[in-house]
Amino acid sequence: MVDITQPVNAAPVGRPAQDERLKETSLLTRLMRRPELGALAGLVLVTLFFLATADASMFTLAGLMNILAPASQLGILAIAAALLMIGGEFDLSIGSMIAFAGLVFGSFVVLTEWPLLLAIAATFVVAGLIGGLNGQIVIRTKLPSFIVTLAFLFILRGLALVGLKWATGGSTQLRGVGGEAGEGWVREIFSGNAFEGLFAWLAANDLIDKFPTGLPTVTGIPVSIVWFVLFALVATWVLLRTRAGNWIFAAGGDPNAARNSGVPVDRVKTALFMLTACSAALVAVLTVLDAGSTDARRGFQKEFEAIIAAVIGGSLLTGGYGSAIGAFFGAIIFGMVSIGLTYTRFDADWFQVFLGAMLLLAVLFNNFIRRKVTGER
Amino acid sequence: MATNAPLIEVRNLVKHFGSVIALSGVSLSVHRGEVMCLLGDNGAGKSTLIKTLAGVHKPTSGDFLVEGRPVSFQSPRDALDAGIATVYQDLAMIPLMSVTRNFFMGREPVKGAWPFRRVDFAYCDAVTREEMHKIGIDVRDPHQAVGTLSGGERQCVAIARAVYFGAKVLILDEPTSALGVAQTSMVLKYIHQVRQKGLGVIFITHNVRHAYAVGDRFTILNRGKTLGTYAKTEIAIDELQNLMAGGKELQAVSEELGGMV
Ligand SMILES: Nc1ncnc2c1ncn2[C@@H]1O[C@H](COP(=O)(O)OP(=O)(O)OP(=O)(O)O)[C@@H](O)[C@H]1O
Ligand SMILES: [Mg+2]
Repeated sequence: MVDITQPVNAAPVGRPAQDERLKETSLLTRLMRRPELGALAGLVLVTLFFLATADASMFTLAGLMNILAPASQLGILAIAAALLMIGGEFDLSIGSMIAFAGLVFGSFVVLTEWPLLLAIAATFVVAGLIGGLNGQIVIRTKLPSFIVTLAFLFILRGLALVGLKWATGGSTQLRGVGGEAGEGWVREIFSGNAFEGLFAWLAANDLIDKFPTGLPTVTGIPVSIVWFVLFALVATWVLLRTRAGNWIFAAGGDPNAARNSGVPVDRVKTALFMLTACSAALVAVLTVLDAGSTDARRGFQKEFEAIIAAVIGGSLLTGGYGSAIGAFFGAIIFGMVSIGLTYTRFDADWFQVFLGAMLLLAVLFNNFIRRKVTGER
Repeated sequence: MATNAPLIEVRNLVKHFGSVIALSGVSLSVHRGEVMCLLGDNGAGKSTLIKTLAGVHKPTSGDFLVEGRPVSFQSPRDALDAGIATVYQDLAMIPLMSVTRNFFMGREPVKGAWPFRRVDFAYCDAVTREEMHKIGIDVRDPHQAVGTLSGGERQCVAIARAVYFGAKVLILDEPTSALGVAQTSMVLKYIHQVRQKGLGVIFITHNVRHAYAVGDRFTILNRGKTLGTYAKTEIAIDELQNLMAGGKELQAVSEELGGMV
């Protein structure tokens, strides 16, 4: 029988830094553990492909802005979708949420004539509430989020249509948002270009292309790109370095085990649903202010594009594994392929074929990585 | 606060899952510096009982007191906050996450002021290594995914985690079922040590010798009811074994197998 009167041995302190059962982990192995590796490799491949086939103007500053502007709008959605997927859920309603949030935002600006800041804040509140409702339904009914948010895909799209007709007296487009929004610092945060001073200075010093008049060909970075980059950085930091990040991985990895270990799984999931809805609202505000109007088709099928970008970025469909910076790369690949084909002599409709192939490859690759990480069990 | 009140006390605890009656009136108490062994057949309701204590299940009826005060835990987080740490039979580990992230899951130590508040992962890694080493497992790499650990190693992570975070009560649901000889004796030593620190321990096992080695009192559960509670001085190991089997006569089987059961 065990002698239990002896105290537990004190841990010997000076131990070898490296365990002898551990092979020297090569840089490659350590990289392989990162979920965004596939997306990064994909981005390199796609870039090489277009360097070889596309017109040189694609890789000028103006060309890059052309690619990054749509990529950034998708990317904001994709990063939020990736966080939600890592947390173990889907949101198929984000595309429709863009149209619905566009209507809400447009109505606050045009119909009630609220100041821009208030209208934007109110739009986020409405979106957040609907996201929270999505989450609560999923949590309380324990139905798959796939089906619950599919319902909201139709509900929100329908509400956007009906609401637009009601707000405009029969049209599916609400005009005049741009005019009513007015000017000012709030407008500048959500529309137009950032760093215009810097670009003017760069042009003046012949560091970037300029027109004969002296004005730069690219007057600044569209604000959506700035939002995109900031969101990617913050989301990555939260995911990898904070308590909330650990909880997101845990909630998606095994909600039961997470709950039993003291993770507030329901709160985490609800917050993630609110985040995806708010990311859709942000895209709505950015695009509506840019276009000056909103319509019922806004954000059509964006939910699928966002999920595809998240999967290309290394997120597992089963949850518990993935990366925000991967979704960032995934969205850029998406933008590069969709816009880049117009710079080549290929028919731009190859885009869909390319996309499907990319998705299939990414899923196969992710599966392989997952088995590697969990030791082929 | 009455200092001599039991750390945990339940009276007439009942738990139904729909039409399934898992617990039909269980009473149990654990005091400071005491190891209470919870024994019983498969399906007796041991795990259901400790999951109720750990905040996973809400009791259908009955009293649940912590240090003399009635409590109603809404989630395992509440139980952890009350100083009750549990090693579940299924371990509650997440295979895709690293050893360190699993170890501190739900209890992450943070540093920095609010918008920049972050988990102190260097400290977490060091503690994980240290605690795993104490239990007799040399973690190759605290960043390795728990899914790549062996079953016993995984169990050790769960035990080390509970011992590290258990402030008042440590609940262990068959913690040694997958462990080697050295790790098992280490866990038994742990239980002894934890008792000496003044914590209460609830220890579930099917191994009567392990139970008898560390237990102060034994509560026998059978078909959702307490058969009785015995102090170590009141009961011999053979009697205990017979009670654990739910009163089934083991003698015949034992003789058939040459007295090895
Ligand atoms: N969530 C649940 N839903 C329905 N029935 C359950 C649930 N959890 C436990 N039970 C039932 O309650 C009874 C007691 O189960 P429990 O897991 O507590 O047994 P146990 O004593 O821990 O057994 P073992 O020694 O095999 O671990 C079993 O008959 C089981 O089927
Ligand atoms: Mg059990």
